[in-house]
Amino acid sequence: MDMLIGYSLYAISLLTVGGIYAILALGLNIQWGYAGLFNVGIAGFAAIGAYTFALMTTAPSSYHFGGLDLPLPLAIFCAMILSGLVAFFIGLICIRLRSDYLAISTIGIAEIIKLFLKNETELTNGPRGINKIPRVWEHLTEERFYTKSPMSWFNDAQGWEQFFDSLPIWWWQPFFCATILLIVYVIYKLLETAQRSPWGRMMTAIRENENAAHAAGKDVTRRRIEAFVIGAMVMGLAGAVLSQHLRLIDPTNTFDPSKMTFLVWVMLIAGGSGNNRGAIFGAFLVWTIWSASEIFINSGLHIFGEMISSMDISLLKTRAGYLRMVVIGLLLQYILQKYPDGIMPESRPVPSGIKL
Amino acid sequence: MWETFGFEFVNFYLIPGLVLGCIYALGAIGITLTFSILRFANFAHGEVMMIGGYFTWTAMVLSNDLFGIPLHPIIAAIPAVMLAIALFILVDRYFYKPFRSAPAIRVVMASFGMMLVIRSFVQAVWGPNQLTFVPGIAKPNELVKNLTASVDMMILVPNKHFWIIAGTIVIMLALSWLLTKTKIGKGMRAVSDSPELAKVSGIDVEVIVKATWCVGGFCAVAAGVFLAMDLQMLETTMGFRMLLPMFAAAILGGIGRPFGAVVGGLVIGLAEELSVYPWLGDGSLISPGYKTGVAFTIMVIMLVVRPSGLFKGRLF
Repeated sequence: MDMLIGYSLYAISLLTVGGIYAILALGLNIQWGYAGLFNVGIAGFAAIGAYTFALMTTAPSSYHFGGLDLPLPLAIFCAMILSGLVAFFIGLICIRLRSDYLAISTIGIAEIIKLFLKNETELTNGPRGINKIPRVWEHLTEERFYTKSPMSWFNDAQGWEQFFDSLPIWWWQPFFCATILLIVYVIYKLLETAQRSPWGRMMTAIRENENAAHAAGKDVTRRRIEAFVIGAMVMGLAGAVLSQHLRLIDPTNTFDPSKMTFLVWVMLIAGGSGNNRGAIFGAFLVWTIWSASEIFINSGLHIFGEMISSMDISLLKTRAGYLRMVVIGLLLQYILQKYPDGIMPESRPVPSGIKL
Repeated sequence: MWETFGFEFVNFYLIPGLVLGCIYALGAIGITLTFSILRFANFAHGEVMMIGGYFTWTAMVLSNDLFGIPLHPIIAAIPAVMLAIALFILVDRYFYKPFRSAPAIRVVMASFGMMLVIRSFVQAVWGPNQLTFVPGIAKPNELVKNLTASVDMMILVPNKHFWIIAGTIVIMLALSWLLTKTKIGKGMRAVSDSPELAKVSGIDVEVIVKATWCVGGFCAVAAGVFLAMDLQMLETTMGFRMLLPMFAAAILGGIGRPFGAVVGGLVIGLAEELSVYPWLGDGSLISPGYKTGVAFTIMVIMLVVRPSGLFKGRLF
């Protein structure tokens, strides 16, 4: 029984993190898949979302700004808005120029965000990061939440404490996972609608032939900025959810560009850019490979270490982690060359009312 | 006057800025050449710089351990340059060349992937921790110190800074000879101006591309070794940290203008160091933590005001 719970909890955590990456991949799909905008600052936009959420919801602390005690959904909303504002600023400057410049600028803005988070120690606690970020569902067990309305209407503090003590320690995990999957589904539905709407058709037109779209009277720059901002908002949302999952965020390790930005790109390209289902599938697939390979490598090295007792496997373990990154990188190159459309290639919906 | 302002300004801000500028300049040359000849922003450039530093370190350690000959970094850089050029050409052959006729963004993506592949490879082979490149404290050159002190303008420059500045000047002169006097250099400029016209006039574009990687690789390793000499240590993230200032320098000078890139590199290097000088009152102008943001700010301003750069470069 314990083993069964253990396995299901592992599956739930795979789904949770896979879902967070799926949100990121969907955000990137709006920018790259819909509008052809090359953003390599994903980690930066996610960091804005994560920090905004964290600073607005954590309990008062002597290390960083906090104690606003905003409701969690409102904080998520603020995270999206802030992320979108930064994207708007970048978009205004670079979107007229060719994609290379946008790539350079987005990687730059991600670095600037990191610098800001590292240096504004008064606000963000600098490189040490923010701890104890409330997580949806699990946050109900915190005293500052159950002593306030609306939870205090149903039960007093003692009653709530007893109630939570009676639950198994992992009770919130399935709820948290379900919440994330629900968010993925809602975003997916919205994006599908957007793709089938006139707006989506116009985005495709701009992506495929900018000059023709321009000649047809479409405001190319404005539409591109729109796609860029919406994508960044979704990334900000993902960042807010990620900060809940991690509970401890810091500017350097959590938002390591190599891991986050790159993994999301691999996910979207492997799944199929331009296809929302592909983006979600790619996210879960790549995350499962990524997470499972870590377990396999570590247990393999462990066996290796048992056989040769004089070896220090901790060194090998860190090195193997980097080697894994090399393999993932080469995998991306392979997919880019052999299957540029991904596992699920983009399929344009047939407009209703037209018979083929 | 010298004691109150000049000494501190020249020795602790101006000279380090110049040295940093030289390093950026060398890196930006490669970026601007690949951008104009191959038409894409090569994100892996900083990592080749970094791996060049690691190759040099390995050559130094090997010659010291096996033959007992301690090599100067500049000599040890010779095999490193060969390896880095080979790496560039191999990466181009297998990862960039398949996208020559595809939209440029595909190859940018491939180079972004290569950036992480190369860095992770270095982390797996040499380990993620810092390595000491040249041990000890760099003492200022005695001769210059005494000479300048005798005219009451003491300048403290360690030997490594002389090597870096002199090396950059030599490479610049060689590059200017290559680009203006040799057939291959003229071909590079022709392809940069118009690949189609260059092709019909009988220039073998693939040869030019290889030559570009050679020049870019040489300059990148030089920049990497100079940076390692300056910092006296190696880090796997040092290439990435250089990337943004180098792009900024290339854009500032104008894409396709190697000498523009040099000017851009010097401007960015000086601006980064001088931005922390206490221009107004006691505190530094901007907090030292934000020093690396200066390059980005300059780049953004350039992109808004004059995207073709100071020297009227190419705009894609």
